[in-house]
Amino acid sequence: MNRQSPSQGSAGQAGRGSNSAQTFAQKALARAAGRERVEVGEVVDVRPDVVLSHDNTAAIREIWREFGQSQVVIPEKMAITLDHAVPAPTTRHAQNHAEIRRFVQEQGIRNFFEVGRGICHQVLSEEALALPGQTILGADSHTPHFGWLGAFGAGIGRSEVAALWATGELWLRVPESIRIELDSELPKGVTAKDLALRIIGDWGADGGLYASVEFSGSGVEAMSIDSRMALANMMAEFGAKSSYISPDGKTRSYLEAALERRAAREKKAGTAEDFSLRVAESQLFPDEAAAYAATYRYSAGKLEPTVSCPHTVDNVAPLSAVAGTVVQQAFIGTCTNGRLEDIAEAAEILQGRQIAAGTRLLVVPASSMVLQEAMQRGYIQALVAAGAAIGTPGCGPCMGNHMGVPATGEVTISSANRNFRGRMGTTEAEIYLASPAVVAASAVAGRIADPRDVVQEK
Amino acid sequence: MIRGRAWKYGDNVNTDVLFPGKYTYTARGRDEIASHALEDLDPAFAANVCDGDVIVGGRNFGCGSSREQAATCLVYNGVGAVIAQSFARIFYRNAINNGLLAIVCPEAAQAIQQQEHVSIDLERRTIESASGRFEFPPLSVTVREILEAGGLVAQVKRRLASARTAS
Repeated sequence: MNRQSPSQGSAGQAGRGSNSAQTFAQKALARAAGRERVEVGEVVDVRPDVVLSHDNTAAIREIWREFGQSQVVIPEKMAITLDHAVPAPTTRHAQNHAEIRRFVQEQGIRNFFEVGRGICHQVLSEEALALPGQTILGADSHTPHFGWLGAFGAGIGRSEVAALWATGELWLRVPESIRIELDSELPKGVTAKDLALRIIGDWGADGGLYASVEFSGSGVEAMSIDSRMALANMMAEFGAKSSYISPDGKTRSYLEAALERRAAREKKAGTAEDFSLRVAESQLFPDEAAAYAATYRYSAGKLEPTVSCPHTVDNVAPLSAVAGTVVQQAFIGTCTNGRLEDIAEAAEILQGRQIAAGTRLLVVPASSMVLQEAMQRGYIQALVAAGAAIGTPGCGPCMGNHMGVPATGEVTISSANRNFRGRMGTTEAEIYLASPAVVAASAVAGRIADPRDVVQEK
Repeated sequence: MIRGRAWKYGDNVNTDVLFPGKYTYTARGRDEIASHALEDLDPAFAANVCDGDVIVGGRNFGCGSSREQAATCLVYNGVGAVIAQSFARIFYRNAINNGLLAIVCPEAAQAIQQQEHVSIDLERRTIESASGRFEFPPLSVTVREILEAGGLVAQVKRRLASARTAS
């Protein structure tokens, strides 16, 4: 009923059978494998440009020790962020962090980010540690995040990260690609999160299984970088291996500024032209006539605020269908929706209002940089004045470790990416997923609410 | 040959119910990891599962997190194989990398009943139970090599050793 003019397998017009045209995934994995070209379905050994891990690094080190090496072979490609349970909620978590710090020191890992710096995907983006066309493999399922900048990001397991530390190499199957087009700019009140939930609702949590999802269309071009990150990141919940958005002027400016910041901090030389050249030379674009397993077209004008209901992400409903559901907890944060744009939307709604009695709002910025900018712009002041609790940048209560786990019987509305039963720590709680604006409006109303209604009521 | 009883679950069995996120950065060691297996899906599982038992799932088995314990908690409980209509990609890799056979066989996944006796012949690529005899497609060469090596870590160890000998 709510699928929009999908044209499954409609790659034909442009060139199924056109042998030479390649998808982004083919080009990126050919580059990572040091090959001229690779074919869909082929298994290739790739050498990724970045290998990320986080609080799971100590457990990965235990596996890596079985290889009997004293030094990892790719220290310069490794990026380690403490983000999943920060600051340490228990002594055991603290021991885990301590082991990771020792390992980082021993191995001379330069790209290490301490408690409070933020979530791995956000931090690596802000630090421009990944460039367009590169391959990022991470011991984190939301690694498709790096599609925002036109890079190939895929989640892998702990043993695989250990194998990469030891050999620099891992096998990947070259995936089929799905193309998703958004025809025009999203209307006010409708966000990239709503589009992502809609896609997952339409095609199922396994609708993108094993695939590389390529986004295109003027609606995607019109999106801010923060929105693109939310969209690419959420493809993990579509079953996708990776996602891709073509780099453009916005992408390049973001990365050039990030490279410049890092060079300044590391006291390294480099002119704006150098950075711009590095970014531009790294880009990869799919060929016009590349073959897609499916093409889905979405019309921005037909999209609306969308909510994912308990207990699967693909159990979506229009906001209007669940509005009025009483919530005890509202949470804004995570690698999906804890960025400046998200906090700005929340602050706009909460400015001059109070969170409803019986409801609490937790806001956990995705990074220290997001937090600083949100402070400079007065967003944090507005949120705190409205009664919000602000947490240390990181993953927050997303996976039930700490910092806002619900009580049994409670309902949470969250800007996160998963609402699985038990996700936030107890199976006896319900989680609804929505955009940050809907979460903020719901905190004010004490029940799931449309931001447009809340703003009008003033 | 793998022989055991079936533990049957539905579609989209996610990694949070296979192994809750709250233990993922602290649980260490086989026994502790094994004890939390399927805690939020089937609290009776960890105490009653026997060596060789088989998990039967629906579509998108193992979706969600990349946490490897979602697979190792099954291995440490002696699970012989997982049969599903389809697997989430990271879970599939984690299973194979830990020597846990993950079989895509929609017919068997649908037909096999809870607690039914199941036998799996990897050579003949057949699954047998009271519900019928099913054939499954050949595993890819890459996957077969990892399983034959005894998992990814064993395979990498062997490669590193032969590289050292060669040099």
